[in-house]
Amino acid sequence: MGGYTYSELGAIFAMQGFAGISLFSVLLLMALGLAIIFGQMGVINMAHGEFMAVGAYTTYFISTITENYLPSLMPIYFFIAIAVSFLFAGLLGYLAEFSLIRHLYKRPLDTLLATWGLSLIMQQSFRSFFGAREVSPTLPDWLLGSYQPTEMIDIPINGMFVLGLTIIVTLVVFYLLFKSSWGLKVRATTQNRVMSGAVGINTQKVDRYTFALGCGIAGIAGAAFTTIASTGPTTGSLYIVDTFMVVVFGGAASLFGTIASAFSIAQAQSILEFFISGSMAKVYTLLALIIILMFKPEGLFASKVRR
Amino acid sequence: MNYFYEKVMGGKSGLTGFIILAVVILVAFPLFLDIFRLNLVGKYLTYAFPAVSLVLLWGYGGILSLGQGVFFGLGGYAMAMFLKLEASSPENTAIQSTPGIPDFMDWNQLTELPWFWVPFESFTFTLLAVIIVPAIFAYIIGAAMFKRRVGGVYFAIITQVIAVILTVLIVGQQGYIGGINGITDLRTLHGWDITTDNAKVIFYYICCLLLLSIVIVGRLILTSKFGSLLLAMRDKEDRVRFSGYDVSHFKIFIFCVASIFSAIGGALFTLQVGFMSPSFVGIVPSIEMVIFCAVGGRMSLIGAIYGALLINFGKTAFSETFPQLWLFLMGGLFIAVVMFFPNGLAGIWNTYGHYITDRLKQLKTVFVMKPSPQEAKQDLG
Repeated sequence: MGGYTYSELGAIFAMQGFAGISLFSVLLLMALGLAIIFGQMGVINMAHGEFMAVGAYTTYFISTITENYLPSLMPIYFFIAIAVSFLFAGLLGYLAEFSLIRHLYKRPLDTLLATWGLSLIMQQSFRSFFGAREVSPTLPDWLLGSYQPTEMIDIPINGMFVLGLTIIVTLVVFYLLFKSSWGLKVRATTQNRVMSGAVGINTQKVDRYTFALGCGIAGIAGAAFTTIASTGPTTGSLYIVDTFMVVVFGGAASLFGTIASAFSIAQAQSILEFFISGSMAKVYTLLALIIILMFKPEGLFASKVRR
Repeated sequence: MNYFYEKVMGGKSGLTGFIILAVVILVAFPLFLDIFRLNLVGKYLTYAFPAVSLVLLWGYGGILSLGQGVFFGLGGYAMAMFLKLEASSPENTAIQSTPGIPDFMDWNQLTELPWFWVPFESFTFTLLAVIIVPAIFAYIIGAAMFKRRVGGVYFAIITQVIAVILTVLIVGQQGYIGGINGITDLRTLHGWDITTDNAKVIFYYICCLLLLSIVIVGRLILTSKFGSLLLAMRDKEDRVRFSGYDVSHFKIFIFCVASIFSAIGGALFTLQVGFMSPSFVGIVPSIEMVIFCAVGGRMSLIGAIYGALLINFGKTAFSETFPQLWLFLMGGLFIAVVMFFPNGLAGIWNTYGHYITDRLKQLKTVFVMKPSPQEAKQDLG
């Protein structure tokens, strides 16, 4: 690492680390939804990225409306946008589960193809409604700017906001899955569908709401995404493979694993990006993941359950 | 010979299907299509190679690879590297600052040929590389995954990641492998101009013959003992393992075979289309190959070929006239095939085809059988 003094290196690590944290937040928000859908239900949702894009476009739409008709609400519209993104993406997820996914639970590989078809349709819908160009919402003033603890370190506020949002969503998901009675039903259904049905859990309903929740969280990820990058029709598909990698690497059934792997993947990629080109950083990160997965096929935090 | 007829060709009905396919691609297309369209069909037929390979791998083996584009690309790039070196002979590239190296290397300030390009000056090596490089690559991936019992969904995702890695690598290394533009301006093969109509027709026939022969190889594999094992592994992997078979070896083998099939398709693609680029390597083309296979019928080698032809015809026809509609239609088609016709076109034919064949037989009795008594009389008379 020639040419850099220690204090410069420290600043680089801090700033790239923080850039990594923005990436980590979006990856984790997407991966949380996917971990619920893929880890708990075993459905490969290739349209998950498009559900994220739904959230991003919803935020853009609401921002445009607020800017033109209710400018006084500009400072707080973002919170409304997050809620609406969650609800709208969740609703679409509910519909997708009802019309498509529930017929395919016994054929996991086929869900992959069907949801890929769904993602194509959604991408084309985005293109028809919003155009092929990338869009981004007007952010409220308090999200812009940055915080400078020292002269060399420069931390953007939107990154911290997204991080805070991610922490809150993660905590809520943990609460829902591990402390609520609904979470109990979800976990019971995952472990033994027939038995859960026998003790009176409406497994179909559980599936539907689980899927909707996963998609809703992807919607929140989309809303968060708009603060750090612009959205185009194919934005979702750029992140889908990384997200799957996060879930697989973390161990599909473990939420802790998902967090740890989202963190390590995002940090590795963004710190490497400073020293080598972005594309090679991605290549090395993904290669390292595959090699680690060869030795630990079950992921970092495998569930200790015999199958 | 009898074994070959009954088992490998699948008796009368199997042989009929094979002959119909052969007649369609070898006789009907060249007869009714102009050279531009024929070249287009030739391109579609190269996509049929990975589709056929997926029938073996996914339909029979139950191993869904979302990385067949990787092997298609490896085969295609191997061929493209050879053709590019020939196109960049010192005479042709005299205006460059370093003559004798491909133009994109010169643009990226490379002054000598990278070591991995050097062997591709030999055509024999290139032909071998088209087959051996993907096979070795598939062996490494397969051994690493299947020995650790990574399968199903996880295997699909990891192959997808490999497709991403290779695409990012090619796009990022513009100086070494041509970047996002790919390897272009391929003109001659041993001095023979491959862009002429004559050459296109010859490549089309080579492509057809190779396709028909990999169908036969596929049938040989599927009708052998190994084929039954493959099905058994797909349905109850543990039972096969408990019976004393080393499942991973069989999986690695079929993965390698599938990779070779795809790579042959890729090499033929380069020869017919005249370039190779990372847009035929990544996730989207790889999933499209799975769709060709799914639409044609994941259990039918011949169905997969029709699937590749049909979807690509549709794609060309629709994206010329209604580009917006095409993605909706394609998405709807994926969903419809998965939900309602899991065995694709071949499945529809097997279920409803007998209505047509029965009707044909009726017609045959009306038109052919009736006159026969009269003929008999005439013979007597």
